[in-house]
Amino acid sequence: MSLPGSHLKNLDYSVLQQCMHCGLCLPTCPTYDATKLERNSPRGRISLMRAIADGKLEASKAFAEEMYYCLGCLACMTACPAGVNYAELFEHARAEAEQSRVMDSPFRRLIRGFTLHWLFMDLRRLQWVGLAIRLYQTLGLQALLRNSGVLNLFPKRLRELEAMTPAIQPEFSSELIRPVTPPQGQRRYRVAMLIGCAQDLIFSDVNRDTVEVLSRNGCEVVTPPEQFCCGSLHAHNGEWELAQVLARKQIDQFPPDEFDAIISNAAGCGSHLKHYSKLLEHDPVYRKSAEQWDRKLKDIHEWLAEIGIAAPANRPGRGEAVAYHEACHLCHGQQITVQPRQVLRSIPNLKLREISESTWCCGSAGIYNLIQPEMAGELLERKLKNILASDAQILATANPGCMLQIINGAKRQNIELRVVHPVTLLAEAYRSESSTRIGDPETVRKGRAV
Amino acid sequence: MPFDIPILNPLRAIVGPNNVLTSAEDTIPYSFDGTAALTQMPGCVVFPKDAGQIAGILQIANEKRVPVVTRGSGTGLSGGSLPCPDCIVLCTAKMDKILELDRANLTLLCETGVTTLAIADAAVGAGLFYPPDPGSMKISTIGGNVAENSGGLRGLKYGVTRNYVMGLEVVLPDGELMWLGNKCVKDVAGYSLKDLFIGSEGTLGVISKVLLRLIPKPASKKTMVATFNQMDQAADSVSAIIAAQIIPCTLEFLDRTTIHCVEDFAKIGLPLDCEALLLMETDGHPAVVAEEAAHMERICREQGCLEVRVAKTDEEAVKLASARRSAFSALARVAPTTILEDATVPRSELARMIRFVEAIAKKYRLRIGTFGHMGDGNLHPTFLTDERNTEEMHRVEEAFKEIFDEAIRLGGTITGEHGIGLAKKAFLPKFAGGAQMRVMRELRRVLDPKGILNPGKMFD
Ligand SMILES: Cc1cc2nc3c(=O)[nH]c(=O)nc-3n(C[C@H](O)[C@H](O)[C@H](O)COP(=O)(O)OP(=O)(O)OC[C@H]3O[C@@H](n4cnc5c(N)ncnc54)[C@H](O)[C@@H]3O)c2cc1C
Ligand code: SF4
Ligand code: SF4
Repeated sequence: MSLPGSHLKNLDYSVLQQCMHCGLCLPTCPTYDATKLERNSPRGRISLMRAIADGKLEASKAFAEEMYYCLGCLACMTACPAGVNYAELFEHARAEAEQSRVMDSPFRRLIRGFTLHWLFMDLRRLQWVGLAIRLYQTLGLQALLRNSGVLNLFPKRLRELEAMTPAIQPEFSSELIRPVTPPQGQRRYRVAMLIGCAQDLIFSDVNRDTVEVLSRNGCEVVTPPEQFCCGSLHAHNGEWELAQVLARKQIDQFPPDEFDAIISNAAGCGSHLKHYSKLLEHDPVYRKSAEQWDRKLKDIHEWLAEIGIAAPANRPGRGEAVAYHEACHLCHGQQITVQPRQVLRSIPNLKLREISESTWCCGSAGIYNLIQPEMAGELLERKLKNILASDAQILATANPGCMLQIINGAKRQNIELRVVHPVTLLAEAYRSESSTRIGDPETVRKGRAV
Repeated sequence: MPFDIPILNPLRAIVGPNNVLTSAEDTIPYSFDGTAALTQMPGCVVFPKDAGQIAGILQIANEKRVPVVTRGSGTGLSGGSLPCPDCIVLCTAKMDKILELDRANLTLLCETGVTTLAIADAAVGAGLFYPPDPGSMKISTIGGNVAENSGGLRGLKYGVTRNYVMGLEVVLPDGELMWLGNKCVKDVAGYSLKDLFIGSEGTLGVISKVLLRLIPKPASKKTMVATFNQMDQAADSVSAIIAAQIIPCTLEFLDRTTIHCVEDFAKIGLPLDCEALLLMETDGHPAVVAEEAAHMERICREQGCLEVRVAKTDEEAVKLASARRSAFSALARVAPTTILEDATVPRSELARMIRFVEAIAKKYRLRIGTFGHMGDGNLHPTFLTDERNTEEMHRVEEAFKEIFDEAIRLGGTITGEHGIGLAKKAFLPKFAGGAQMRVMRELRRVLDPKGILNPGKMFD
């Protein structure tokens, strides 16, 4: 860790003091709602952090566990009239938990070393692993293993995890998207496009769709094939220093003054990417460009709404109803709620249907569904119930984690539901209107278009 | 400090081991309520699920003379649910079921830990109305509302929690259960003990069930915002509206600082270039609503208001009300510690009180944000300070003393709705006088002879 001493003790105390314990955040907190215990609430968690800063509590195992029971969904931030910056507190609290090593075990060290320190530090490594899983899936090994019953020899949890392994896309983003995509028509803007980690492996088509949509709206899109992880995974899991390393790499690769906007299409990344200035506030070299970076960083829906969405003339389909699930890190993390709906409403032959509790976490929450399967499962149930009640055939949501979580849930319950990123629906509509078929999947696959 | 096992084991036997919390990580979050600058660690926290379990807990506590502090959601603003040293915190959060909605008698029966909002929603679901709506209604419990006799934004026309309580189930310190009140509109059999427990702040018994009166939903409503260049113009408008014998359901006041904080949070386009704002709502028969609204607008204009804006949709009206409810918390945006007062004066004295508060803030060099239920004469001057600045905190205390004295001098009270708890304990004897203090002490001794319920709160 970079700072000597405790993360929470070093934190500006006024951030902790900001919570005046009114409790107005409690009803919006999914973990408090489930248990009715204050320590599982934002107010309770903040009081524990404050107790550590005050030297009244050690960063104990129970403290660390509590910080990992928190979803990091940030619903409490939306609810808090006092303006408490829970996101910042939460990251420091997890860093404190890691720093204290109270949860340390050889296995946990191995996993964290492999994922946070190695795998997610370099997207090429991630692609190799993705490639391996892709082979495992396409060569029929997965089917073989699943049918053979061999999996039954593994503990239940491992079997569940195996069932959750996402289908890796046949092509990564770099195989679908050219390093520079020209705008259709006149060039209005020059933007950079961040391909993300999970998005690239599992939903590279969403990246392709994003680039198409940007191009169709007059943007020249710069998408270097080799990119870095944004560092959100690291920051949310108590690895501040690694998050800082990655932030610097991003800024080096995409100098903010060279672009009108830097686009993210994954809510979880976007909400972290917009706070590099906080992450690098003590870095004399990068501080200034980090501030500029934050200003240029735009969620795709936010950017589209800002520059005006070219309305597609048509959309293939039967006038389906689409429900919109708000990814926490879009609605709470970035306060973006109107723009994705604007995108969906701009598409003809599609009915937007509101679901109840659209801003309630689906349980995906980064890697939460892997480490807290019980709570994550309850939240998924609740989400699916609300989606089903809406009778929509399509569910749109703008975060790969949420997409995966809901796809897995629907599959387990045999629910027929198409889960897509809003931008994909827009891209499909654009495609159907032009005879040139800019983004025809066939041409794209051959690496020619876009 | 966790207790010895001798008391914990019987508690665990009653509510189950998972419902007794003792570790620091579990109990620190119960070491405060919504009141600024007060903390105290409890001995343990227990979660009963019904009156029987409450009775069991109280019996043990009574026998061993262990203090019990009842807690709903801990949003209280006078330290009522702040633990006493080594006490049992009896938290009602898990008693959250609505038991019956009686459409024939227009009543609702629920457990004590149900949130105010859940009750309001259930009433709306049946086409009915539960008016008391404290700013904390999203999370405050009905038990807490009854124990504090909470008000809200609609007190002016619809009254406070007391006006809706028809019955209570109460557990006494020795574990005896009492049902007070019933579904009858009239009942004069014996003393109205039910009323004794309303506003008792957890000092006389633990409320386990509440029977509430619901009323028909008003047919229509109109919500308006009037802005003023001077705070006392707003106060004078309120006095004039009351004097004109108009009783709107809401007359809420925000000063400049509060308006800015609220807008910063809620972003609903509140007017920012004014010194004071009145949120006014009238409801009832459409014709009456229209007439009252026009009359109120006229009065505000006569008092020199800058403009009057009418909410165009129901949605906009709801947004305005929820924004107003966030006022107190929103003030915390500009200062680490927000200490609010609850002084209440006869409505004819509002302008005088407002001016006095302004002068006091100047005299003690303090930052202040004032908002409140102006129609009820209930102001919440809120000092924006930092609890770590002892010198300033001292000035805050001095300022409060003067405000209380002035409120009493004007024929008002030291607390309109937040209760005495710990925060106003020192001021109660002067306000209530010797005879009242003696009767209250004796009453408390009869109901709680061993003094285990919320000891040290309200009065010693
Ligand atoms: C942002 C904010 C806005 C607020 N706005 C208003 C407002 O507009 N009007 C208003 O009147 N108040 C307001 N309050 C104050 C507070 O919310 C009310 O006093 C509320 O009724 C407290 O409910 P609670 O469940 O949080 O009770 P707690 O704070 O947990 O307890 C309050 C008191 O009631 C006692 N008690 C709780 N449950 C029981 C029970 N079952 N049996 C016996 N005693 C019990 C406790 O011992 C304590 O003395 C506000 C508070 C906040 C933080
Ligand atoms: S986080 Fe905000 S809403 Fe929650 S208790 Fe603290 S101040 Fe209130
Ligand atoms: S981030 Fe989500 S789970 Fe964590 S405290 Fe806030 S609302 Fe609760």
